[in-house]
Amino acid sequence: MKQTIVQKILAKACDKDFVAVGDVVEPRVSLAMSHENAALVINQFLEIYKETNLEPKVWDPSRIAIIFDHRVPAESSKTATNQKKTRGFVAQQGITKFHDIRGDEMGICHQILPENGYVRPGFVVCGTDSHTTSHGALGAFAFGIGATEMASAWTLGTALNVQVPPTIKVIVNGEFSDNVLPKDLILYLIGKLSAEGANFKVIEFHGEAIRKMSTSGRLTICNMSVEAGATSGIVVPDEETINYLRNTAGVTDEIELVVPDEGAEYDQIVEINASELVPQIACPHTVDNVKPIDQVVGTRVEQIVIGSCTNGRLDDLQIAADILRGKKVSHSTRMLVFPASGRIYQQAIENGIISDLMKAGAVVVNPGCGPCLGIHQGALGDGETALSTTNRNFKGRMGNPVSNVYLCSPAVAAASALTGVITDPRKGVN
Amino acid sequence: MGKVIFQFEDDISTDIIYPGRFMATVLPTETPQFAFADNKDLNKMLVNKEFSENDIIIAGKNFGCGSSREQAVSTIKGHGVTIIARNFARIFIQNSVNLGLNTITAPDYQAELGDEIEVLADKVINKTSGKEYAVIPHSAARQQIIDAGGLIAYTRKILIDKNK
Repeated sequence: MKQTIVQKILAKACDKDFVAVGDVVEPRVSLAMSHENAALVINQFLEIYKETNLEPKVWDPSRIAIIFDHRVPAESSKTATNQKKTRGFVAQQGITKFHDIRGDEMGICHQILPENGYVRPGFVVCGTDSHTTSHGALGAFAFGIGATEMASAWTLGTALNVQVPPTIKVIVNGEFSDNVLPKDLILYLIGKLSAEGANFKVIEFHGEAIRKMSTSGRLTICNMSVEAGATSGIVVPDEETINYLRNTAGVTDEIELVVPDEGAEYDQIVEINASELVPQIACPHTVDNVKPIDQVVGTRVEQIVIGSCTNGRLDDLQIAADILRGKKVSHSTRMLVFPASGRIYQQAIENGIISDLMKAGAVVVNPGCGPCLGIHQGALGDGETALSTTNRNFKGRMGNPVSNVYLCSPAVAAASALTGVITDPRKGVN
Repeated sequence: MGKVIFQFEDDISTDIIYPGRFMATVLPTETPQFAFADNKDLNKMLVNKEFSENDIIIAGKNFGCGSSREQAVSTIKGHGVTIIARNFARIFIQNSVNLGLNTITAPDYQAELGDEIEVLADKVINKTSGKEYAVIPHSAARQQIIDAGGLIAYTRKILIDKNK
């Protein structure tokens, strides 16, 4: 029987040759990731052990990753105390993939995992963060779970109750036009599928435009697959995957690529011609409220945000710097940049990107999630509008229920920073 | 039997259920105070207990979309209300099963604010309109976790059996 990538990964993780869509399986977990919500996972983990007379011990400390990113440096004593407790647990359990608040190691979990080679093709990755879907960019089956489910995985080393999902095959051919980016592709796809169009399903990306896409772009599209409800997004791993793992992530051991069988069965096939794509904007207050940019050009924005697990990588910052170099951010708006990791921040300093952005008027803050979900820096005022390269525009997302968030690519964000209104980056901007 | 105390539209996100700025509060005993915090009327009704046990919040499609934050489930569970929706987002319903929040998937239900609804295993009956609507049951695997009293108890049992 022919299988999709995810069927093959799950079959292997259950020591089977084949799993059918709809089967309920308990795959071994290759990597279990948490961020600050590890504080809740620890609480639930200790609950499981209560009244068992057993010493609480995680199944494999080398397969657990904990990355502080949501509130760094701590914005409150409550967070600082949660982080302190988590540090204690990490030390006590011998968890090695721990990234604390340090300029040389910190970053957003969905950047730290790939750039450190923690994720490999064929892995089963679960994370207490919905954007864990990102890691499908490296050919892993990666999905978000809640804290109690993670506590269960820490205890048993398996993910319970995983129903083998059906897969939507998305084939992207053609070439992207200048200043049309992977972000525009994924926004377009979410608009087409709707916010629940891929609920309980996997999106498997194929086609020449995906094969030519960098791992950074693949991370962007897999990251936002969850905004169509998908359990995971996944790219067929290839030479680019190997190059990224070898050259960027420093992986030296064997890499095995799990690819779908020719003739695997798909729930739905969607074909997209990248050549026909234009910049896309997700309008308030749902991510599937997507419009081609010409319908919203001229909308006033008081805050521009470039960064996050979606679009805070070096190429994203480079695109913004190329548009802003030698120019000025409009005084009618403010621009925040948050690189996805300390490593990227450092590279952007060495490449002069940070200097270009700051000279133009951008405020560069430390790597973290803060502004994206309104918990740490960059909150919006009443009635204000943000244009952001992040992944969600839900009501109240940026910390204020009476504000608006539009989502876009880094090129649109940078072009709009110059004017203070939503601006098409394909047209010359002064 | 319960009364519909609030009616939501489609795509209610976890940011509406439990805004991100309260995420430093994690314990199920502490999260209920922030339920639907940006919806002042609903938050006040829940926190001040201006409803009866078994009362119901109804919603459209894709309830609980967005974040995996488990607080979005514990914050509702702490008030003892039931959610009826046309369907739920994957992580939210999984968290609901794991923590024991009563979530009812009834794709075709019709109800309005104030209606009296009886929730049975396979259907919901709108006593006000007199109409019945089919309920999609939880999968057998999820039902096992519910029957065990939640995922903590379920995992604990597996752990004990493994160490026998």
